[in-house]
Amino acid sequence: MSRNMMGIYTIWLRDVRRFWRDRPRIIGATIQPALFLFLLGTGLGRGIVGAFGNDIRGDYLTFIYPGIIGMSILFTSIFSAISIVWDREIGFLKEVMVAPISRWAVAVGKAFGGSTVAVFQGSLMLIFAPFINVHITPAIVITLIPVIFLIAFSITSIGIVVAARMHSMQGFQIIMNFLVLPMFFLSGAMFPITNLPRWMAILVAINPLTYGVDALRGVILGFSNYSLIANMSIISGFGIAMIIAAMIIFGKVE
Amino acid sequence: MNIIEVVNLSKSFKAKKGTITAVKDVSFNVRMGELFGFLGPNGAGKTTTINILCTLLTPTSGKALLNSFDVVTNPNEVRQSIGLVFQEPSLDEKLTARENLEFHAMLYNVPKAVREERIKYMLAMVGLYDRKDDLVNTFSGGMKRRLEIARGFLHHPRVLFLDEPTLGLDPQTRNHIWEYIHQLRKKEEITIFLTTHYMAEAENCDRVAIIDYGEIIAIDSPSDLKKEIGGDVITVIAEDRDKAKKTIEEEYNFSVIENDEGLHFEVENGETFLPKFIKKADFKILSISLRRPTLEDVFLKLTGRRIREESAEANTALKIHARRLMR
Ligand SMILES: Nc1ncnc2c1ncn2[C@@H]1O[C@H](COP(=O)(O)OP(=O)(O)OP(=O)(O)O)[C@@H](O)[C@H]1O
Ligand SMILES: [Mg+2]
Repeated sequence: MSRNMMGIYTIWLRDVRRFWRDRPRIIGATIQPALFLFLLGTGLGRGIVGAFGNDIRGDYLTFIYPGIIGMSILFTSIFSAISIVWDREIGFLKEVMVAPISRWAVAVGKAFGGSTVAVFQGSLMLIFAPFINVHITPAIVITLIPVIFLIAFSITSIGIVVAARMHSMQGFQIIMNFLVLPMFFLSGAMFPITNLPRWMAILVAINPLTYGVDALRGVILGFSNYSLIANMSIISGFGIAMIIAAMIIFGKVE
Repeated sequence: MNIIEVVNLSKSFKAKKGTITAVKDVSFNVRMGELFGFLGPNGAGKTTTINILCTLLTPTSGKALLNSFDVVTNPNEVRQSIGLVFQEPSLDEKLTARENLEFHAMLYNVPKAVREERIKYMLAMVGLYDRKDDLVNTFSGGMKRRLEIARGFLHHPRVLFLDEPTLGLDPQTRNHIWEYIHQLRKKEEITIFLTTHYMAEAENCDRVAIIDYGEIIAIDSPSDLKKEIGGDVITVIAEDRDKAKKTIEEEYNFSVIENDEGLHFEVENGETFLPKFIKKADFKILSISLRRPTLEDVFLKLTGRRIREESAEANTALKIHARRLMR
């Protein structure tokens, strides 16, 4: 195995290991979307159905379910990427940066680590399906895994681009408020993206998570705004651009 | 043969007011197999120099070769040639001791066939074999340091950088760590580049560079550096202090410094001087001692300042402590 391949694998392995060991994190990251789904979903669902008409095709809880899976992927991916900043604060990043592997390989290893973890965390959300009468078949699961992986890979790469130059976790709040939450709210996770004010429609259109959530909805519920191929192409294109940016930026980090 | 060659190396940082030049036009060589020391006060530029040599920082100007690879143009070859123990902690505390070493071995391409053996061996060498499956966050400061040292040796580097390896540790742990380092040094062919502000550690080195405000102000073996001081320091306590002082000054022509502790003077060759001196003395000597000059005396003579190990140590220990609390 080439040196950089081995480096990517090593960094991936550490992230997966650490995730697996951090049970409180797994539980927390499962409960939080569940709260959105069941509490917010139930509360809003009573009134919203009529307002959105046919756009949600029935039950509000069912409608937001794929969006909530998208939220879980979003948070998990960003969190994984931001762990770079944490590694920098505790000094561990130096150990990685003086290793005889190229810097870009560090970024790629992180991106794969974050995506793998997000696939696991996103798939875990499927345990809620029976409670909201969504039927998950093996075929759905098989389609879902690569879809989740691609979404997670793109978002982790954005996170790496941001984290590469961050020197303290104080910036985390800024990222939450200016990147993560807007991405979530503007993704169509909680409401249909039809008939939006123009400014919002534009933001929704440039948000990569929009296509992720749409793809998830298509696979899980069988209806979507765009075809799966279209959604996946957009996300992949975005992911490739972002990982290249991450590789370049990481190469320049001192 | 030189394993490290540094020529006119400088590094400046942009600061709020102008620039800070942390390393100023430094040139030196480190010979293969030697224990080379960087001695200097806080902020002298020790860590910055190491960071350049280990490819974490790019120099502003000048050139550095390590294992005959240029640190700027061949960083990967340089990185493969070196091991590092950073001044500040750099372990993943959420992994076990063994996993930390495994991570390192994989990054440094230690072949799978020998990886496990090598990890076990290094853990045993630093006395952590029994704790190999414990998470690092259950370790004491000294244990973490030992694990970092084991990690530094793991991939058979040609040069091991130890940036203040015993800072903030108690004297007993410090001695322990040095025992491990010396043992390992005997077994592995390795050059050690040490930075310290403990005199005792610097005395152990084959050669020492004294660095102050980013400049090397002296570089030599500790004994040769101390020769510049002009011999040994002798301290005499006599029953009749005035008579003793007069004798030493008039018969031997030494300049005597008198203080609470007694009469002090420097002679070139203390060991041969003392017996003759005692025999000839016509005053009663209560005690007499001979002290070699220390590197602190050398630093004092060259800069007019002391290295102040205590305050420096307290400072960094505090920093490290704060870091640990943040976790
Ligand atoms: N990244 C940086 N940005 C700005 N200034 C820096 C940076 N790193 C180091 N310096 C400055 O360079 C000088 C040398 O620092 P360096 O860490 O090399 O000292 P040192 O000899 O290792 O000191 P110590 O004994 O405290 O570890 C200091 O004045 C420090 O403030
Ligand atoms: Mg330092």
